[in-house]
Amino acid sequence: MTQPLQRKTTPLTGFGDGLTIMIRNLLKLKHKPGQIIAELIVPVVMVLLFGYVFGSAIAIENGSSYLEYLMPGLLVMGAVLGALSSLTAIARDNGLGVMDRFRSMPMERWSVPFGQTAATLVIGVVGLVTMSVVGLIFGWRAHNGLVPALGAFGLILLLYYAVSWLGAVLGSLVDNEETAARLMMLALPLVMISNVFVPTGGMPSALRALADWNPVSAAVTACRELFGNPGAPSGDLAWPMANPVPATIGASALILLVCVPLAVYRFQKEAS
Amino acid sequence: MLDVEKDREPVIWAEGLTKRFGKVQALDGLDLSVPAGTCYGLLGPNGAGKTTAVRVFATITRPDGGEVRVAGHDVVRDARQVRRQIGLAGQHAALDEELTGRENLQIIGRLFHLGRRTARRQADHLLEKYSLDHAADRLVKTYSGGMRRRLDLIASLIISPTVLFLDEPTAGLDPRSRLQIWETVRALVADGTTVMLTTQYLDEADQLAAQIAVVDAGTVVARGTPDELKAIIGSRVDVALAPEASLADSALALRAIAADGAVPDVDEDGRTLSVPVAADSFTLPAVVRQLDSAGIDVLDVGIRRPTLDEVFLTITGNNSKAEHESLVP
Repeated sequence: MTQPLQRKTTPLTGFGDGLTIMIRNLLKLKHKPGQIIAELIVPVVMVLLFGYVFGSAIAIENGSSYLEYLMPGLLVMGAVLGALSSLTAIARDNGLGVMDRFRSMPMERWSVPFGQTAATLVIGVVGLVTMSVVGLIFGWRAHNGLVPALGAFGLILLLYYAVSWLGAVLGSLVDNEETAARLMMLALPLVMISNVFVPTGGMPSALRALADWNPVSAAVTACRELFGNPGAPSGDLAWPMANPVPATIGASALILLVCVPLAVYRFQKEAS
Repeated sequence: MLDVEKDREPVIWAEGLTKRFGKVQALDGLDLSVPAGTCYGLLGPNGAGKTTAVRVFATITRPDGGEVRVAGHDVVRDARQVRRQIGLAGQHAALDEELTGRENLQIIGRLFHLGRRTARRQADHLLEKYSLDHAADRLVKTYSGGMRRRLDLIASLIISPTVLFLDEPTAGLDPRSRLQIWETVRALVADGTTVMLTTQYLDEADQLAAQIAVVDAGTVVARGTPDELKAIIGSRVDVALAPEASLADSALALRAIAADGAVPDVDEDGRTLSVPVAADSFTLPAVVRQLDSAGIDVLDVGIRRPTLDEVFLTITGNNSKAEHESLVP
């Protein structure tokens, strides 16, 4: 009788498993060139659409172009919406019988959501770079030099990663691709009730409070400061608007603290 | 039971296994013992608890109660040890449709921690051995149902497991694909793999399993070899009468050979009678002599051994609760 093939495992094996899951999810993308092209076209469309449609009607202080105001918002919005798209991917993934096979294998179960979110992050980096390049082509600039700009990208990716874990939790809860797609629609108001397109100053007070405490607004404000783009809020500010960098890091950390254990628990829990 | 089983620890062993999902008692005190190197069949209607049992054995579902050991390890406390030795192929092919066959196998090999090179070699080897190499680099979503199921089975063989769980491996397959899967299972058992098979197809259990447990409402209601199970309901004698023979006389004559007090079924239009007899208690000439001495002309007489289907219906049909549950999808 043949003995099962096996290897010694170490506590680090789980990271290897996560890496394998990440490679698996990215390999799937390799077979879908259409989706890759779509991922690359979306940023172009967003910059052109919002930059020129809104830009033609909205005037910005001291003559800056609307694109200068808009780009930090677009980068954050693209990141948050892109990260939430992990929701559908993970819901589809978890609905597959292959997850049952994974559960019967000697791999670390926590590595599955880690691998899934890592794959999402790789896609996010590509999306962020693409949109930045498109912005640069149409005249957007970061005025404060390389280090603050990299800091801004770091903040965006941190928030992106946190939101992708939120997507992982939601994705594991719905287990159904269509419901997941509907749930995605709810993300839009979450992103829009913020300072992505317009300053919060002119909003009715309840809405303004919502927008000011929205982590999206904090990230956008932080990026505007770090990129040296116009639109810094002034006057009597809510705490996240006055301290946008700590607010963004804090909100991301909070989301991760809640969602990582939840997503891992959801995956470890038996499927019924 | 056989003496051999006493010296050898069973490879799959369950005692008092229970599992409840909400209001449904999926497993209700299931006991099982599967000796090494055999194929064991779990037979039962939909909703009987077969799949839940396999999922507990394969460490996917945690049992509520009872004790379960697979390959010498407790499925709850030593799940990891169990997982290193088992393979699982489910009723739905557990594959990534958006990856190629080869990629699927390589990923599974790497998640079994075989290392990149061994995983690759093992994938190539299995694809060739089970003649799927021509489709290895096509996306699984382009595969036919039979090919998917074959790839799924191959995927469960990546580590050459000591115990293989097959949950309805041929459900919905065409006859040729079924035969291919059967061949593979036989070859694996011949190699010393212990196979647990759930199926609704009784001929499949009859063909493959050395031992069968009939599961109904979460518990084992009968167990034994296929022959032992068939002996439970015995054989039948079927008689087709000549036009002039009397149905009533024939029925009377057949009662003499019927199993304890059974009454012959009479089909008046078809002019046939059928009566259960104790298993292997009569030879055909004896039946013919019995009818001849009663002066009855017959066109045809036959002793028919029961199919596993009849056994199955007899055993599970008495349980109205299970029948009710099996109607619920």
